[in-house]
Amino acid sequence: MVSDASEAYPIQFKLIVAGGFGVGKTTFVGAVSEIEPLTTEETITAASIGTDSLDGVEGKHTTTVAMDFGRITFAADNMVLYLFGTPGQQRFWFMWDELSRGALGAVVLADTRRLEDCFAAVEFFERRGIRFVVAINEFDGAHPYTDTALRAALDLKAHVPLLRCDARNAGSAKSVLIQLIEHIVADFPSRQGETAITATGYGATSHAL
Amino acid sequence: MTAADHGHDFGELWVRPYTSTAGRTQPSTPLDLVSIVRATGRGTVAPERLGREHAQALHLCHSPTSVAEVAAHLRQPVMVTKVLLSDLIESGAVTTRYPRFETPTPENLERLLHGLRRL
Repeated sequence: MVSDASEAYPIQFKLIVAGGFGVGKTTFVGAVSEIEPLTTEETITAASIGTDSLDGVEGKHTTTVAMDFGRITFAADNMVLYLFGTPGQQRFWFMWDELSRGALGAVVLADTRRLEDCFAAVEFFERRGIRFVVAINEFDGAHPYTDTALRAALDLKAHVPLLRCDARNAGSAKSVLIQLIEHIVADFPSRQGETAITATGYGATSHAL
Repeated sequence: MTAADHGHDFGELWVRPYTSTAGRTQPSTPLDLVSIVRATGRGTVAPERLGREHAQALHLCHSPTSVAEVAAHLRQPVMVTKVLLSDLIESGAVTTRYPRFETPTPENLERLLHGLRRL
């Protein structure tokens, strides 16, 4: 492998924006990204085609999974934050291994009319020990559930922030990112040992490849 | 692009993306979605002898960019893009750095927070 240890390479951070189809992931990424959200595709295996249930999601029938991503560059600090918007359904977990490798954290976008669409993502991040926040994208006309009711419905652990946002609004989306990073910073000392073990795992993975 | 639009069956669509990689589905160099790639201006294969997809991929690496961005601009699946890029890396035309995903330091997280608040 040809590698380059040049100082010019920025410090990279990766955040995942997960949630069901149509919940506003691309909109969220676009609201904060300095570039128009770009779309990359991963092909779905033939086996998963047959199990795809896209009932009620018009115009989403495809044989590939699209991931939208954007970025925010902090030139003064030589840092780049990447945002990957990805479907949160269980059947796409084959792509999540790579996405979650080295991910700083995640935003789970939820729509109160289809709350169950984000269950799989919540479970995934909990199991992987990836810090996340749940952000309710408040669509016009959505029923104003209380936080207590939403936490109960999501079976959300007490330490996981439950936020509300308007994914179309740059300031609102930015606020979600700030609260996610604050959550990670607040959680940092208690998690250091665990994360160090995970970091070793990444190293081992890259050598094995 | 959907196969149904053109009356193609699924099998044909499935095969096509990997034509440019000669059927290979694994890159020879480990690449992550956010691995940064950039052209070196060198390489053992003359640019004019590269296939179209390789040449396009190389062109997209002229300034340092992420694998995900190259894939998006090539309009190729991520794995196809990784195979193409790993060919270029092997020939010396492109260099990369596998992202270091060590635990972010509290200082870096604070700088990130400051950066976000300033946006």
